[in-house]
Formats: sequence, structure tokens, C-alpha cells
Amino acid sequence: MTGTEAPEALAVLDRDGLDALVAALVADGRTVVGPTVRDGAIVLAELASAAELPYGWGVELDAGRYRLVRREDGAAFAHSAGPQSWKSYLHPARERLWSADRTPEGDLSFTADEPEAPSYAFLGVRPCDLRAIAIQDGVLTGGRHTDGGYGKRRKRALLIAAECTEPGATCFCVSTGGGPAADAGYDLALTEVVDEGGHRFLVRVGSEEGARLLEQVPHRAADMVTDASARAAVDAARDRMGRALPPVDLRTLLGASLAAERWDDVASRCLTCGNCTMVCPTCFCTTTEEVTDLTGDHTERWQRWDSCFDLDFSYLHEGPVRSSGRARYRQWLTHKLSTWHDQFGTSGCVGCGRCIAWCPAGIDITEEVAALHAELETEKETER
Amino acid sequence: MTAVPVPYLVVDRRRETEESVTLRLEPVAEALDDFAPGQFAMVHCFGRGEIPLSVSSVQTTGGLAHTIRNVGAVSDGLCAARVGDLLGLRGPYGTSWELDRARGRDVLVVAGGIGLAPLRPLILSALAEPEAYGRVSVLVGARTPGDLIAREEIESWPTAYTRVMVDWPDKEWRGDVGVVTQLLGRAPFDPAGTWAFVCGPEPMIRATARELADRGVPKERIRVSLERNMRCATGHCGHCQLGPLLVCRDGPVAGWDVAEPLLSVREL
Repeated sequence: MTGTEAPEALAVLDRDGLDALVAALVADGRTVVGPTVRDGAIVLAELASAAELPYGWGVELDAGRYRLVRREDGAAFAHSAGPQSWKSYLHPARERLWSADRTPEGDLSFTADEPEAPSYAFLGVRPCDLRAIAIQDGVLTGGRHTDGGYGKRRKRALLIAAECTEPGATCFCVSTGGGPAADAGYDLALTEVVDEGGHRFLVRVGSEEGARLLEQVPHRAADMVTDASARAAVDAARDRMGRALPPVDLRTLLGASLAAERWDDVASRCLTCGNCTMVCPTCFCTTTEEVTDLTGDHTERWQRWDSCFDLDFSYLHEGPVRSSGRARYRQWLTHKLSTWHDQFGTSGCVGCGRCIAWCPAGIDITEEVAALHAELETEKETER
Repeated sequence: MTAVPVPYLVVDRRRETEESVTLRLEPVAEALDDFAPGQFAMVHCFGRGEIPLSVSSVQTTGGLAHTIRNVGAVSDGLCAARVGDLLGLRGPYGTSWELDRARGRDVLVVAGGIGLAPLRPLILSALAEPEAYGRVSVLVGARTPGDLIAREEIESWPTAYTRVMVDWPDKEWRGDVGVVTQLLGRAPFDPAGTWAFVCGPEPMIRATARELADRGVPKERIRVSLERNMRCATGHCGHCQLGPLLVCRDGPVAGWDVAEPLLSVREL
């Protein structure tokens, strides 16, 4: 070890190195998915090369607002969460579960749909999204029953994280117990550094698979300057969160707020469109559909994303259990921050801010929780 | 693994009421694991879909029965099934009545309408071992005489006390008139030493469980069967949430100590 090397076994990739990384993954037969600019947003899509990354693009966010903005520094990962999350790939919006066939003799057979899982490599997974993936792992594969399709796709997926150096105005991961640093669950973690020393990526190895991949591409040992710059940028990001949830026990707060008046207030603004559930990286709810062909002897069971904001979601034979907007918004928020703990042992929120940016009415989860907190405090005061 | 249905053959079909039938089913080849009373299966009707149905009978042969009320597209298809038809079943899912916990105690069964169906195998188990339990009482309520299921069978059960009550009698009705909670004062049970098993429409469950708790039955020993929309039955679809519960996993059978605060909140 020379005096200028960083203490940990870190590496540095320059832009050519990142190109080579994507090329190696593609050559390996992996479907590389990462951020790219499309339709005025930074979306997740299959990448043929690293050149498709959103170099020089950032985003400007607010409640109900998302705009692309040009960046002078040419950075690829200096943008916060876009409209999609990795669940689009691991827990796709539509999936066939099984099919059934009737023969003329009257036999009936059921066949599980078990296509070979794609071998994904996710490039540029934010630390908030790494935690979201871990949460969905718990929901879909951590219980007594396992979602087989999800389990297979997840097991084969390679995760390359990109630490966050540019939080958006809607970000609040720190107040959910997370932060801009990737601490677990990745194969490789990149931290982008753009300064007078050039455009480069500090790389940390998180798994043997990640180490093998790094070996295949040109890289150099990390120097102290790159390491220090990367750490400083991530540390600075921690202090630049645009928003925060109130620093209280949210599980208890939401559990105690079922009768709050604030639900009427938010219901007067909420369109019950379900956008928040679609963009949320942990929302996992699905429904099923029966699809028959014209012969009538072949039927298929399809699963598709569903939203607790849909009236049919809670439908029982006498009507929906949650018919009011108040009840449906309350269900979503209470599940996310409180009953998720009861059901799966964690919170369901990682603070990515997507639900704030993509709400057409600009409803801000942090503002709603703060209002519920204030209401409960006032109530306690009155009781004293 | 993705749970795929297993073919079951309809071997008997009995009409219960104007809108409900009981189908007796036998596995075509491979049988599902044994169901415990209170548990449910996801029952698939070809081309229509799947619904959760509690078992109304369980046999050692792997056969079982479901009592189905025609209230939607899938239940309509299932009610129309005939002997010889094939259905697809997955399961067993959910919690059971756990009658064993009531050994040595009085057993009080309170059913509303078709809610008697999932309680039927529990009643038969309790009556099959009279020395194991205290007094077994069965209270059945229904909207009208036409909504009563298993009428003749009810009469044949050698319980300590059986009463059937209807809300709206017809001209032939000679029995009690009113709501089933009115029978709670008449049934012979020692509240502190009783296990109660309750199934029916939610308002009936609420009224019955509250009254039982008021009479001194410990809330944890008032077992109720919950119902919510269900798509997967494996804890992954989110539909059956009732506050902190996933009814497919933490229910359908739960104690009133757990269910009361949840069923007391409107639109939870």
C-alpha cells in the first residue's frame, strides 16, 4: 500500500471503465437496466451501453412537480428518484401466474407459469431503492409463502448502487432511518465524483459477484483524494434533504390517529388516483384477473398491480369496505408507516419522495404526517 | 413456489337455500393437505376466477365440502356446478378454530345465516367427544326461515341447547323471532369457563361478541371469523388487510381481544 491509497480495498473507475462495466454485463448475457432520459423524465430502461446514462441531466422536484434540468458538471447519477422504481422489473405490473385447460374428455389441468427469470443487472440503484428492494424481499419472499416469480428474478439480479450526492427537494430518506450512503444489499456501490481530478466513480465491492465483475474492467486502486471527495459529497447530501418526517415514533403516531380530522382535510385534496402507490418502490399490492381464450377451454390467471385507492380493492359482497377517500388515504399512509411494522417487521417507507413529486394534487406525505402529529399533540394538550 | 390449484371433483351437490348450495368435493388425484375447521381454500371456477371459501366439512379421505352463497360472478359459477364437474382448489390457508383449546370448557357456537357452514365441522368435532367438553350450545340466527342452512341437521345435533331464531318470520315459522344475541341469555354456559365461536355478518359478530364480553366471557376466548377481499391467500396481494392483520395469514379466525379494536373503526 502506498501513501496515496485509501485504507479500504476500494477502486476507481473512470467513464471508460463504466462503459466497459456495462459492456461486460451485456456480454455476460445480462439485461442491464438503468436511468436514461426519455419523455422529459429520467426513466429506468434497458441500457445497451453506458452512453445512454443521463450524463449532464438533473431534476428539479417539488410537490406535484418534476422537471429535467441541465447540469454543468456532466454527472450521470446526480438526480433523485424518477417516476419508476425497480419493482417494475422485480415485481412487474402484469404477470401470468398459471393457466388451466379443459379437454373434450372433461379432464382439467393446471400449469404453473414458470418462465426462466431474466438475468438483470441494475445500474444506479439509489440507497433508498436498495432499502425498498430489501423491504419487498421481506414481503414477497420472507413469509410462510414465497412469490416464486419474484424470488427467481431477485436471486438472479445484480445490483450496482449509486450513492446519492444530489438529494432532491422531495427527498427525506434520512428521517426514515436511511441515508444517502449505500450500506448493504449491493454487489458494487459507485460514488460519482466530478472535480478538477476528472469524472470518475469510487467503487466499493459488496459481494463476490461484484468483485468478479470489477476484475473484468479497467480500474485503478482508489486514491485518498477521490475517496475523501466521495465521502464528503455523500455526507453533505445527508444534510441537504429537502424534507423530513417528524422525529417521532411514526408507528405509534399513525396507530393513534385513526380518528384524526386531518384525514378529511387530505381527502378533500386527494383524487384517489393511486399514483402514489404506483410510484412507491415498496407498494406491492396486486389483484388477479381471469382471462379465457375464444375456445373457452383455456383460461389464464393473471396478476397485476393494484392500488388500495381503488374502490374495488376492498370490495366484499355488500360493497367496498373503504368507500370514502378519507378511509383509503388513511389505509395507505397508516399501512406504510405503522401497520407495515406489524405485518412485516419494518416500515414501508424509505423516503424516496416519489409519492410527493408524482401526486397530481401535490399532497406531501411529510406535511400530512406533521399535521397528524400536531393534531395529536393538540389533543393531548386539551386532555391535560 | 407459485401455488397452483389442484383438481377436485364435485361428488355431491345439495341446495341449502334459495341462494346457496353445498358442494361435496373429492380430489381427482393428489389431495391438498388436511384442512382444520375454520381454515379456507381458494376455489377456482373455470373461466370465472377464484374466491376464498371456508370448509363446511372435512373428511379423513381428503374430501371436503364448501357451502357457497351466490353473491358474485365466481360464486354464481360455483353454485351452478353439478356432480361430475371439476373445480380447482388451493389451500389450506389461514388460522383455524382450534377447538382443542376449549377442552374441559363449555362450548358456545353462535352463527348468523351461512356463517353456520364453517362452524359445522367444529360442532361435529365437539359432539363427537362429549366427555372432552362441557356443555355444547348452538345458537343460529338468520334473516328469514329461507336463509337457514342445514335445518334438519341442526335438529339432530345432541347439544345441551340449540335454538334457531329468525329476524323476519314467514307464515309457517313457529320458532323464535328476533336477533341471535337475544338467545345469549338463555343458553346454558358459564361465562368465565366458556369458549365461544362466532361466525356471520360483521354487525352480527360485533353485537354477539360485545354481548358475550359483557356477560363475562374473556375476550381472547371469543373466537370470531373475519372476512375481507382476498386475491392471493398467501400474504402477498394486500387486499385482506384489516389494520395490522392480513386476514389470510393472521385470520380468518381471531380472538375478540384482537378483532374488537379493528372492527370498531369505520371503514378500516
